[in-house]
Amino acid sequence: MLSRRSDIPLDRDGLSRFLPWLVAFMVYLAALALAGTLVLNTLAARWDRDVSGTLTVQIPPGAGPRDDDERLRATLALFRDLPGVAYAEPLDQGRLMALLEPWLGGMEATADLPLPQLIDVSLTSDAKLDVAALSRRLAAAVPGATIDDHSIWLARLVRMVRAVEALAGAILVLIGASTVGTVVFTTRTGLAVHQEAIEVLHLTGAQDAYIARQFASRAMALGLRGGVAGLALAVPTLLGIGFLSARLEAGLLPQLTLFAEHWLALAALPLAAALIAMLTARYTVMRTLARML
Amino acid sequence: MSTDDSDCIVRFENVGLRYGLGPEVLQDISYSLDAGSFHFLVGASGAGKSSLLRLMYLANKPSRGLVNLFGRDIATLPRAELPAVRRRIGVVFQEFRLLSHLSAFDNVALPLRVAGVREDEVERNVVELLSWVGLKDHLQARPPTLSGGQQQRVAIARAVIARPRLLLADEPTGNVDDRMAMRLVHLFEELNKLGTTIVIATHNETLVDKLRHPCLRLDEGRLSMRPGRVIDAAADMPAAGRRRDESDGSDETRRKSGKVA
Ligand SMILES: Nc1ncnc2c1ncn2[C@@H]1O[C@H](COP(=O)(O)OP(=O)(O)O)[C@@H](O)[C@H]1O
Ligand SMILES: [Mg+2]
Repeated sequence: MLSRRSDIPLDRDGLSRFLPWLVAFMVYLAALALAGTLVLNTLAARWDRDVSGTLTVQIPPGAGPRDDDERLRATLALFRDLPGVAYAEPLDQGRLMALLEPWLGGMEATADLPLPQLIDVSLTSDAKLDVAALSRRLAAAVPGATIDDHSIWLARLVRMVRAVEALAGAILVLIGASTVGTVVFTTRTGLAVHQEAIEVLHLTGAQDAYIARQFASRAMALGLRGGVAGLALAVPTLLGIGFLSARLEAGLLPQLTLFAEHWLALAALPLAAALIAMLTARYTVMRTLARML
Repeated sequence: MSTDDSDCIVRFENVGLRYGLGPEVLQDISYSLDAGSFHFLVGASGAGKSSLLRLMYLANKPSRGLVNLFGRDIATLPRAELPAVRRRIGVVFQEFRLLSHLSAFDNVALPLRVAGVREDEVERNVVELLSWVGLKDHLQARPPTLSGGQQQRVAIARAVIARPRLLLADEPTGNVDDRMAMRLVHLFEELNKLGTTIVIATHNETLVDKLRHPCLRLDEGRLSMRPGRVIDAAADMPAAGRRRDESDGSDETRRKSGKVA
């Protein structure tokens, strides 16, 4: 496909100098949009996995330590007897302290705060619990105890992630469309600029496909060159963003990391750009030539 | 004259040509060329020689009338089959139309490459032909670095490299001296002996007189015939336009630079 010799002096027109830059810019933007989508997707999947199938039961502090123990035992008994519950353990008071420490300060300050007791509940993967009914039963057995199944904030998060993903997808489509438009424009101009050479080729018996091939392989080479340059600029940007987010999140946010398959998807962008450029150029030439004698 | 006579390479019937909304530069052209014939096409500058050749090598479509090449009506030929017809036609353009970014070698190789000939065969044929026209030392030279006469020989080599069945040459000896002109015309005659039908547009009366091939004569867009001494291809021609005596020939040697309406 990449023929070394071209019968049409396509490398001589200024246009082919500007196509790689445009493609580089497109691929750069596409890489950022795609990386964002991939990271969010991973994040959403992980939240979903971590949080669905778990419940947190909260028991507000009672009259005194003895009362607290009693209420904890009752609650644990209720959950451990339920079908579909794989695991129900009180959250260690020390871990609770550690979680709260960033907000409340060290052990000394929190030692005599009336903290609620928390129970971590995991469900078997096929469990179908009626959380509302369960809540009523729990409230009857242990007044004040509540169940948080995370579904509300999870649903909100997932909605947000999907919205951002849709936006990124729209950006990718727009970038693809502008690439196509750019290649159509450069190819049309190329056809006009090289009209003389094209007519001579036709008159010597060249098929349209022979001429289209020259434009297509040229567009592919330029698209690939621009795409690789765009990706080369995008990689440091992404690494920089990853580094900054790792420093800033300080353990509060999940890590924003790209996995090997994500890098592979990003590496495919220049190839996609080259392919789009090639097919667009070919289609444009074939269509334009079909209107000639 | 039967419609699909396979001996008939070119057949025009009542062909007219106008560019855009202009006047008809060719009017009521009717003639046919037998396979293996050799014709000169003469006429004053602006008489329509190049236009007639353009119709024959399918660069233009006629405004009216019928153009039949190799027994096929061009008007009904699907576009996809045009390349196959064009590959049987070799053309020496008046202004050469060499591709200036390609070497002499690559220019001459073009008709073979578009036809998908293997590269080693391309190389052998092209080198041989360019040597024959005296350009062995200029294989890699690009046309702008060659003299007018050298460019003309490259153009001729490109026209004949694929051994076309029909060779159309538009003033192919305009830029060379008489000796080289003779040599080039002899190349065309050699090709003609191998069966190629030849039409040479020229205003070189010496050449026309010396070789005594039949003449197609254009005068203000109308065609007439003068039979040659060697081959009388015009004998069965439909009477098309006025017949002209060759004594008018001196008119054509005087080239006008402007375009004649
Ligand atoms: N592309 C064109 N557009 C408009 N008029 C043309 C074109 N080519 C030729 N003509 C006109 O057609 C007439 C015949 O021209 P041409 O075929 O070049 O004659 P010749 O080759 O005998 O000198 C001239 O009047 C010329 O001005
Ligand atoms: Mg002319």
